[in-house]
Amino acid sequence: MDFINHQLFIKDINVHIDPILPKKIAIITHGHADHARFGHDHVIATRQTIDIMKIRYGDKCAKKFTPLRYGQKYSIKNYDFTLYPAGHILGSAQVLIEKNNHRLVITGDYKVGKDETCKNFKLVKCDTLITEATFGLPIFQHPDPKDEIQKLIRSVKINKNNCHIVGAYALGKAQRVMNLLRQQKYNETIYIHGSLEKLCQYYSKEKINIGKFEKVSSKDKNFYEGKIIIAPPSALKDRWSRRFPNPIICMASGWMTVKQRAKQQGIELPLVISDHSDWNELLDTIKKSKAKNILITHGQEDALVYYCKKQNLVSKPLSIQGRNDEEIE
Amino acid sequence: MKKFSSLLHNLILTPSRNTKIKLLQDYFKILDINRAYALAILSDQLSFQFIKASKLRELVYKQVDQHLFDYSYDYVGDLAETISLIWPTNKEGKSQNLSTLIENIKKIKKSEINTEFSKVLSELSNNERWTLIKICTGGLRIGVSERLVKTALADLYNKSVNEIEEIWHGLEFPYENLFQWLKNEKSKPKIDFKKLFHPMMLANPIDEEKDFKRLDANEFQAEYKWDGIRVQLMVSSNSVSLYSRTGDNISSAFPEIIETTKGEAVIDGELLVGGNFKPSGFNDLQQRLNRKKASKDLQKKFPVFIRAYDILFYKEKDLRKLSLVERRKYLEKFQKENTTNQIDLSAIINFSTWEELTTYKNNFYDDLNEGVMIKLKNSEYLPGRKKGYWYKWKKNPKLVDAILMYAQRGHGKRSSYYSDFTFGVWKEKELVPIGKAYSGYTDKELLVLDKFIRNNTTNKFGPVREVKKEIILEVAFDDVFPSTRHKSGVAMRFPRIHRIRWDKPINEVLSIKEFKKEFKID
Repeated sequence: MDFINHQLFIKDINVHIDPILPKKIAIITHGHADHARFGHDHVIATRQTIDIMKIRYGDKCAKKFTPLRYGQKYSIKNYDFTLYPAGHILGSAQVLIEKNNHRLVITGDYKVGKDETCKNFKLVKCDTLITEATFGLPIFQHPDPKDEIQKLIRSVKINKNNCHIVGAYALGKAQRVMNLLRQQKYNETIYIHGSLEKLCQYYSKEKINIGKFEKVSSKDKNFYEGKIIIAPPSALKDRWSRRFPNPIICMASGWMTVKQRAKQQGIELPLVISDHSDWNELLDTIKKSKAKNILITHGQEDALVYYCKKQNLVSKPLSIQGRNDEEIE
Repeated sequence: MKKFSSLLHNLILTPSRNTKIKLLQDYFKILDINRAYALAILSDQLSFQFIKASKLRELVYKQVDQHLFDYSYDYVGDLAETISLIWPTNKEGKSQNLSTLIENIKKIKKSEINTEFSKVLSELSNNERWTLIKICTGGLRIGVSERLVKTALADLYNKSVNEIEEIWHGLEFPYENLFQWLKNEKSKPKIDFKKLFHPMMLANPIDEEKDFKRLDANEFQAEYKWDGIRVQLMVSSNSVSLYSRTGDNISSAFPEIIETTKGEAVIDGELLVGGNFKPSGFNDLQQRLNRKKASKDLQKKFPVFIRAYDILFYKEKDLRKLSLVERRKYLEKFQKENTTNQIDLSAIINFSTWEELTTYKNNFYDDLNEGVMIKLKNSEYLPGRKKGYWYKWKKNPKLVDAILMYAQRGHGKRSSYYSDFTFGVWKEKELVPIGKAYSGYTDKELLVLDKFIRNNTTNKFGPVREVKKEIILEVAFDDVFPSTRHKSGVAMRFPRIHRIRWDKPINEVLSIKEFKKEFKID
């Protein structure tokens, strides 16, 4: 396992996983901006991740693309790479690296729970596990997302003269919220912030059921009474959100578990819907992977490192530059 | 319990005052025993003697690994919320209403608290658990004042909020007489006003730039602002009692006052430590605070007296609608008739212009007063912090430049920021911490400091981060005392961050020796 360094760089063959700066060969776990960047020579990823990168950064965002199917092996010298579903967002993958009988898995961002908007997480047994720890504290125990989405539907029914603006990351979370609404039989048109349009169209094209949606346009203000609008979190505080009638500000995020955080951000209706594993899922994955060596990347790594050591697992935090807690998607 | 906990949940997340009132009104549409408990909780009048924060920690450590709890608490910054989230989820028990739940908890014997209270916590949902812990530890901090609750009730039942305010301190759980009056089933509750604690009249800070231009100095009188604790003394022929500003009865801690006071009146004043009406510092007063009783020795070593500011009742007369000047005449009369060694009068400062008053504010008695109070001569005695009647004008704070050494995440609404700062001065080639502050900065400064701390951490001690020594904070504080508990040998009173000194290099910061010399500490 010492073939990879703390920046997820394999010097031997000049391969990076999710590098922040432009590199020669980059394996990309998923399309979020803190993982997928512009300007690499050669990008290796799932077809959907490549599509998403092209939508976000243009067709020429890398010189060469190699799409891999889940489970398809790709070799560089004596290193074998295989991508497995991570259940995080559409196209998201874990990376299995095999070298001389050592199996190392980089989970990328992942969640274990069910999600209709992407292929569900597959557990991969390994010797070394590099896991994320976004919600690596025992206070994070995500509730059933169906119950959370019901809160939104109920609030829409009760507050007929308000519009509900739901803050959700443009890629993944927004479409998941739309899909969850559809699962709960909310059949109205969902209105979206302009920055979501292309990605929503892509999800539709990929046959993800997000239902009917329409870009917010400068219609009569009262038109949006009783409607659900989805926007990136940054737009909630922006002038953009002031155009709507009596908005109730909602946010779909795992951080919403903590009331004080919701309050700080001015969120009136927090929806605990996360695309990351919660504490129990992190522990469960570590256990079931059978890995003896656990490296922990961005998030609340302290508690998870402490837990692993108590289980007699070798564990240490990896500090990856450019990923600070609470700013990640 | 479900309804009440979702009320609290919604209240904490709603920024709008009108929505808060609406939420409260929806809840108080029915007036029953559950609402009586709710009212007691919202006005902070319900407490469980033996379920304190320390007890709750003890219970949670039995459920969860202590380190994991501490990491989580550090992250969340709120004990009730951390416990409610981390508590292992059992199958929820049957939902109980608020009154049954509280009555059952009150029945728990002290010896069975560990098992029984843990059981209760396990049976509740996250949000209910949060509510219950908030109730137990008191101080909800949900952005709802007692006043707002009264306003909501008054509007809902077509009463005036002042009427509720007036009788409030004479009301008792379960508020049957209040509820019946609200529902128009009975007339307004009769209260013996003289035996009642009356919410005190408070002052607003003066805005030197605006207010002095606007206000006519001749319409005001001034008094010194004494640095003790504000009290209300109720004297009648058969009993004397002393109340703190929040309405707590503190009589037993100050027997010399209770035993010596005569007459019949309700007095507003400042409790101070010192013999012969010469106040010594707040440090001495602290020796007498937070004690249930005071031994003869303590009474001798730290004698107390009351410096009277105002009078609310004189014999049968309610003076609250009279002007301050008129009330003062009654206060002087009371003092003359009942002279003791425990009560004197707050002196009135003569001045004719605001400039003249400035010299009094800054110089009088050096350290023993905090500034001056400026009171409208015409003012009635009005409960609360009404605008336009009384002002406080504090002395300029003391200032010192110190180097930021450690930081910790804040609590409550600042819990995601590194907002608690420890700062120090030089001791030879090393730094020694002299204080800790968690207020005073602007939101912008907080963001800058938070970012600096995240990017410049040199060491971590649990939740505490040590940082590169390069930021100088100008710290304002009210006072500084010698202390044997701190390495530096000093303890500051109310330190806060005044500004960040970007302009100053760290080697120009004082040494602890120079610091002590400047602020006259031996």
